[in-house]
Amino acid sequence: MGPAFPPNPAHNNMLFFSYFKELVGKEVTVELKNDLAIRGTLHSVDQYLNIKLENTRVVDQDKYPHMLSVRNCFIRGSVVRYVLLPQDGVDIDILHDATRREARGG
Amino acid sequence: MASAGPGLESLVDQIISVITNDGRNIVVSPLFDLLIPSSSFLFLLSPILTRIALPPLRQGTLRGFDQATNIILDESHERVYSTREGVQQLVLGLYIIRGDNISVVGEVDEELDARLDLSKLRAHPLKPVIH
Repeated sequence: MGPAFPPNPAHNNMLFFSYFKELVGKEVTVELKNDLAIRGTLHSVDQYLNIKLENTRVVDQDKYPHMLSVRNCFIRGSVVRYVLLPQDGVDIDILHDATRREARGG
Repeated sequence: MASAGPGLESLVDQIISVITNDGRNIVVSPLFDLLIPSSSFLFLLSPILTRIALPPLRQGTLRGFDQATNIILDESHERVYSTREGVQQLVLGLYIIRGDNISVVGEVDEELDARLDLSKLRAHPLKPVIH
């Protein structure tokens, strides 16, 4: 049996990095670990899974008016809890194959 | 591999708003804002204000950043949210924030920001990030 996790954490991220790059231009909602949820168009993502969004708006603006004058933002990957994807942004079969290949170690 | 660094080049020398992991909101913008809590308040103070030497207008911006998202802010201030009163602004000045402690770096739309009436804005402070 192989190791439960790939030895290199940077390598571990590559799958999701590639996956999120495919989603550029799509509308996503990013929920942060402070409960703030920001919706916007995915502009870019890097190897740390830092995310840049355009045309952003906070999902619950009455509760969180802290970003009312922000329309473009950078979100640090380390504070992302969830990324809510558009329905057509998920191809289950491709993801299944990719994660299995990843689990086998490439 | 993608280019190293968080790609904040487009925000350098722009007016930005930072949310930190402990839930603070740090903004760089003209200090002049701080002197005008609201127009009605200004009206009451106008006889006094004319006698006070105003500090020079200095625009704050994002001065720099690195691959760990450490950032340097010039002329920054903190916006303190509360449910009891409007937003209070505390002057911080030159600030270096360690990347570990940064949640969001947003570009401030000056027009939208000017339209905000901070003295009427009430909200709970943001919760700290829990990893």
